[in-house]
Amino acid sequence: MNFEFFFNNLPSLTVSGLAFGAIYALIALGYTMVYGVLQLINFAHSEVFMYGTFAMLWTVMALGGADADGVELVAILLASLVAAMALSAIVALVLERVAYRPLIKRNAPRLIALISAIGASFVLAELMGLRDRVAGWLGLEDDLSDYVGKARINNSIAGVVEAPRWDIGGVSVSSIDILVILSAVAMMVVVDQFVRRSKLGKGIRATAQDPETASMMGVNPTRTIQMTFLIGGLMAGVAAFLYMLKIETTKFDVGFLLGVKAFTAAVLGGIGNLRGALLGGLVLGVAEIWGSALLGTEWRHVVAFVLLVVILLFRPTGLLGESLGKARA
Amino acid sequence: MLLEVEGLCVNYGHIEAIRDISFNVPEGSVTTLIGANGAGKTTTLKTLSGIRKVRAGSVKFDGKDITHAAPYDRVKLGISQSPEGRRCFVGMTVRENLDMGAFVRNDRKSKAYQEDIDRVLALFPRLAERINQSAGTMSGGEQQMLAIGRALMARPRLILLDEPSMGLAPKLIAQIFSIIKEINEQGTTVLLVEQNAAQALKAADDAHILETGEIVRSGKGSELAGDDSVKAAYLGGDI
Repeated sequence: MNFEFFFNNLPSLTVSGLAFGAIYALIALGYTMVYGVLQLINFAHSEVFMYGTFAMLWTVMALGGADADGVELVAILLASLVAAMALSAIVALVLERVAYRPLIKRNAPRLIALISAIGASFVLAELMGLRDRVAGWLGLEDDLSDYVGKARINNSIAGVVEAPRWDIGGVSVSSIDILVILSAVAMMVVVDQFVRRSKLGKGIRATAQDPETASMMGVNPTRTIQMTFLIGGLMAGVAAFLYMLKIETTKFDVGFLLGVKAFTAAVLGGIGNLRGALLGGLVLGVAEIWGSALLGTEWRHVVAFVLLVVILLFRPTGLLGESLGKARA
Repeated sequence: MLLEVEGLCVNYGHIEAIRDISFNVPEGSVTTLIGANGAGKTTTLKTLSGIRKVRAGSVKFDGKDITHAAPYDRVKLGISQSPEGRRCFVGMTVRENLDMGAFVRNDRKSKAYQEDIDRVLALFPRLAERINQSAGTMSGGEQQMLAIGRALMARPRLILLDEPSMGLAPKLIAQIFSIIKEINEQGTTVLLVEQNAAQALKAADDAHILETGEIVRSGKGSELAGDDSVKAAYLGGDI
């Protein structure tokens, strides 16, 4: 074990871990909210995130982000954030409409919906991985070559954003990491307050706790479910944007590992619990980075899942336990 | 007639829970459905709220056919329910539960809304004391008051009360029934489902007796309360 490296770099490792964790947390929100309302693991949520990363990438490419700087670059990045949130939200809503609503209407068992989710996940990922073929069928291959090319390998915006490193109290940290952590936490607070205080949020909580009584009160279940997919999609879009700022590279199958990690974060914090998603994400991100520093990067995922198992052994309902419906105001 | 139920049939899968029941609820009345456990009382109310699907028959509210209307449309029209077992949202405060009852209303900031909250809190002073407390920490009686108050927040013309006396001490039951009377006197029509037949018949203008999914007797509440066969079957002999 490399203790010397670990202790010498503890602060910057922690910041980096928190940044990863913040991204996990934003994605975890989508898993946890849908689970809270439907008791369904939306396995295709990972692809909702993946589409967001491509929306970000393509917007930056289309608007000439590579040659821009200063205010212009900031404007392009903001546009790419909006695009990522929009595409992720659309994919999430389409998923709900196509893969889940017909099953829920027919009272299908949750296991069937889970299989549908896994299927949808593969379809969405492969559609992105085969986008050159799809464009070919439409005869748009040449026009879109910049966007559909390299369909099965890494696509990158490396070098577009030259982020300065900041010196905070003698510790060198990436300004991107700080931006990622602050914006993720801010978004989580916004969603948390929305669910606690707004009328729609109360409808979501009531449905999570007791769907039949909620519907007796006049809550429209279909709209409530749509709303949770929408919020989850928007947040996955934010996560995708922040992920691209930090990692700069995406690929059609990038959702898989990120999705599993975010799902782990949700379970770690207590599935169905919004604040648990944040806590679970941050704990997981930091543990992973610390683990990689101590044991070597190849141990990163091992650390993440051993942590999950150990925490669930002692706290089977996760760190914060309680569900979306029961979360106290 | 505020509510007209005609030839209603409801199934659970292949089991007939309600067979061809017909009854009316006159505007301004307290009407009760009494009967033993499993007679179909709760199913009837859930069907009137739109939670259960109708297999045959029709339901009219104020002359309008609502047989297949969605639950939220019925709440908007003026039917709200306090369900069996109270089913307060235990993770929410008393105030949030009352707000949930008014979910279909869009006048939260208005004076009328505040007046409705005040009216519910005047009916149930205990709720006023606990307005910011989590509903899950309250006693059964308090939760029953909250469930009724929550239903009132929808400003219903017809309130459906499912077993409001269930599991409560006699003193509390008397209190709940006197509040039901007060709600009715304030102008809300009441459809009350009860196993506590003695209390229900005393409170009701009209009464119907359900047995295994069918209405077997109908009459004035006072009339049925004095009937020997009803006494023997539902009121535990002479009282």
